[in-house]
Amino acid sequence: MIRITVDGKEIQTEQGKTILQACLENGIYIPNLCFLETREQPRASCRLCFVETSDAERPVTACTETVRDGLDVRTNTEAVRRLQRTAFKLIMSAHHCTPKTCPVAKPCQLMRIARHIQVGLNPRPLETLERDVQEEVDLTFFTYYPFRCVMCGKCVDVCRDRNERNPLTFAKRGFDTVVTFFGSGASNLPCDDCGACVAVCPTGALIPKPPPSES
Amino acid sequence: MANKTLEARFRGLRREAERRVQERQREGVPTISIVMSTCALASGAAETRDAIKETLERIKVPARIVPVGCMGHCYAEPLVVIDHPASGFPPICYHRIDAGIARVVIRSFFEDGDPSFEYVLGALEENDLVPPVTQFPRFNLEERVVMELCGRIDPGDIQEYIARGGYAALARALDGEPESVIDTIERSGLRGRGGAGFPTGRKWRLARSARSERKVVICNADEGDPGAYMDRTILESNPHQVLEGLAIAAYAVGADEALVYVRAEYPLAVKTVQKAVRDAEACSLLGRGVLGTAFDLKVSVFQGSGAFVCGEETALIQSVEGRRGMPRHRPPYPVEKGLWGRPTVVNNVKTLASVPPIVSKGADWFRTIGTENSPGTAIFSVVGNVKHPGLVEVPMGTSLRKLIFDVCGGIPGKKAFKAVQIGGPSGGCLPERFLDTPIDFDSLAQAGAMMGSGGMVVMDQDSCMVDVARYFVDFTQKESCGKCTFCRIGTRHLLVMLDRITKGEGREEDLEIMETLSHDIKAGSLCGLGKTAPNPVITSLRYFREEYEAHIRERRCPALKCRALVAFYIDLERCARGCDACVGCCPVEAIFTTKGRKKAIDQQRCVKCGECMVACPPEYNAVFKVSPPERAPVIERPPENGPAPAGNP
Ligand SMILES: Cc1cc2nc3c(=O)[nH]c(=O)nc-3n(C[C@H](O)[C@H](O)[C@H](O)COP(=O)(O)O)c2cc1C
Ligand code: SF4
Ligand code: SF4
Ligand code: FES
Repeated sequence: MIRITVDGKEIQTEQGKTILQACLENGIYIPNLCFLETREQPRASCRLCFVETSDAERPVTACTETVRDGLDVRTNTEAVRRLQRTAFKLIMSAHHCTPKTCPVAKPCQLMRIARHIQVGLNPRPLETLERDVQEEVDLTFFTYYPFRCVMCGKCVDVCRDRNERNPLTFAKRGFDTVVTFFGSGASNLPCDDCGACVAVCPTGALIPKPPPSES
Repeated sequence: MANKTLEARFRGLRREAERRVQERQREGVPTISIVMSTCALASGAAETRDAIKETLERIKVPARIVPVGCMGHCYAEPLVVIDHPASGFPPICYHRIDAGIARVVIRSFFEDGDPSFEYVLGALEENDLVPPVTQFPRFNLEERVVMELCGRIDPGDIQEYIARGGYAALARALDGEPESVIDTIERSGLRGRGGAGFPTGRKWRLARSARSERKVVICNADEGDPGAYMDRTILESNPHQVLEGLAIAAYAVGADEALVYVRAEYPLAVKTVQKAVRDAEACSLLGRGVLGTAFDLKVSVFQGSGAFVCGEETALIQSVEGRRGMPRHRPPYPVEKGLWGRPTVVNNVKTLASVPPIVSKGADWFRTIGTENSPGTAIFSVVGNVKHPGLVEVPMGTSLRKLIFDVCGGIPGKKAFKAVQIGGPSGGCLPERFLDTPIDFDSLAQAGAMMGSGGMVVMDQDSCMVDVARYFVDFTQKESCGKCTFCRIGTRHLLVMLDRITKGEGREEDLEIMETLSHDIKAGSLCGLGKTAPNPVITSLRYFREEYEAHIRERRCPALKCRALVAFYIDLERCARGCDACVGCCPVEAIFTTKGRKKAIDQQRCVKCGECMVACPPEYNAVFKVSPPERAPVIERPPENGPAPAGNP
């Protein structure tokens, strides 16, 4: 057991854990979207989990830093909040937020983060960006809603964990990146419709299709 | 040498190579070297070669035709060197030799003994007959460590490299302890030429001390910066120097496997390296039991599919493993856990090519070149508005002014220097007052640019800095791997704002948003791509802010570049009555005849292609370009004349 201090409060944790794990296990919330307990290496792509520590001059991502005895962590400094707010606004500028029709139970992850870092759900002063993709994409067993997806990659990661391959993957680059299936047609897809990706998605971007009718 | 087998093996190789090369010289036939690198082929070197062969056959002169690599003088391609000691002339380098000129030069050289001075660039040796190339600043201000043999030897012939002292450094390294190689490299102060300038010796030591049975060394020849082609050229011109460096690196860190990662868009480089690997294996310089020692090294060539981000070391490794090329968080660094989980050294082409000269000539020699903190040379591919674009290798510490104005001949067309973009899309745009900045890792970083991997774009007064920033951000945002939030979405916001500013739709608040967002993208991104992508925006905002403001506040592009913000008009005073040189060249019939039988432009129709400005005879020079477009005088089209105004048929 080692001790670290988070925002002035001492907590106990184990060697080898990341700051994010240690905090979440001790009931201290740090905004995160891409963190997956089961992943050996953190994805570190959402860029929301910034904290300041006594070891670094600049904010670092809590999901990539391991704890050491006596580490002093601050989760709510000005520099941390600035990065978190920008990251969140960037996400919201590409995410169509439609609480009325959204299938995700409220408050969703995004609402929770917004409340925690005290910003609204709009991207202001950034504007909403349009992407050149369909509103709904048919992925054989699911429907994919690119405008809800925040590219956290959890679906891709759980898929690889279960299948040791990646039927579900990213395609395209940059702002046009989307989640997609390798190949098409239910019969030749290396996917047995386990639904792990749907379950892990924080935003309702993957929705299972009703089973095909018998007729 | 302490190891007798090694010494005997290498001496045998060296003697054999020297014997073969001398034999060729003794034959007494002239040697004609033709630069056949990608840059030369693009200028028609293949046609030149065919014309030379054909002419020689016709006039029945036997000669040895040798394809060589790039000399760096890309502005002067196709380049041909005639080396014929029996003629009494020194080896002469000819420039801009197309197929037609080739026939003339060959005939007059061999039939009339006339070296055709009008096509001579210079002699490659000091002599009394032909002015030597060393008279040009382009030659005498350069200092060649990495590119010394580029353009001087046949890249496809390992014997030439060995005869010139090649692979002696490898033999020497193998004769000592790996640790002592690392000591030498560490003492030399060599810093990585792939961009960040990480000390190479330290990187090797970390890999050496990583505990693992199997280690890997990778040569990074992904080279994705727009306008940069140093690494391609080196691989095409002298692949063995890179392979020798790679083998020394592998020996030093204890690797038994090495990889050259070249982008598939470099087919000639791929082919050249593949052949070089086979030839080196045949000479026992690579493969099992190198030169009879216990050192094994399997070298393979991997073709990357050309994503800029795959030059980033962790993405590169992912792509070799067959995954999507996305960077991952470091640590663990590749030296701890890289390809297939093994400790891996990733080094740039130029870094590795610097290694053999250091091992041969010593760390102290290397330190005499360059500066205290950046020893050695810097290689740039200089492009843009300079008289002599191409590859240059200068000592670190050379000023930008010297490089641009003395080595590369300055700005053509009596135009003024405006800015230089160093370090590719991750670098910055520096204005005139930075021209005395020495070229080294730390000085450039301090000025807000960076060494990068060696791209340099020189811009004259006609470049719009907003447009330049837009160009580079467009590149990085397209090449972002899409993994992390700041880079994927943040760079797109930058592009959207820059786009609208160049269209005259910028908003006053855009500049501040761009500035804060740029700093957050740098601080928040996962990999080097995102961390540096805003640099062109940050530096141009810092050094050319008034240009942004003119675009936003006055709808004016000071460089007259942004199409939406300029207009063309014809000055009626200057226009010659009855002349209609411009009318036919206009693709949209925007030019009409005024009541006074002069010409005018219908601004509604004009697509601002600028053709009329080119077509107007220089004695009238009546077409003008202005910004903002409202500054163009409005001249009504007479009703009876030509097509009706657009949108009103
Ligand atoms: C987006 C990006 C692209 C890169 N592209 C290249 C490249 O084309 N060639 C290269 O040698 N290094 C490139 N690098 C740097 C490599 O990650 C790595 O640092 C380098 O190859 C190490 O070699 P060195 O120590 O010899 O400089 C790139 C880095 C980033 C972030
Ligand atoms: S579909 Fe859901 S889980 Fe997958 S990347 Fe998008 S938001 Fe994340
Ligand atoms: S900074 Fe850009 S390129 Fe690098 S990991 Fe993030 S999204 Fe990918
Ligand atoms: S949870 Fe750390 S970056 Fe996403």
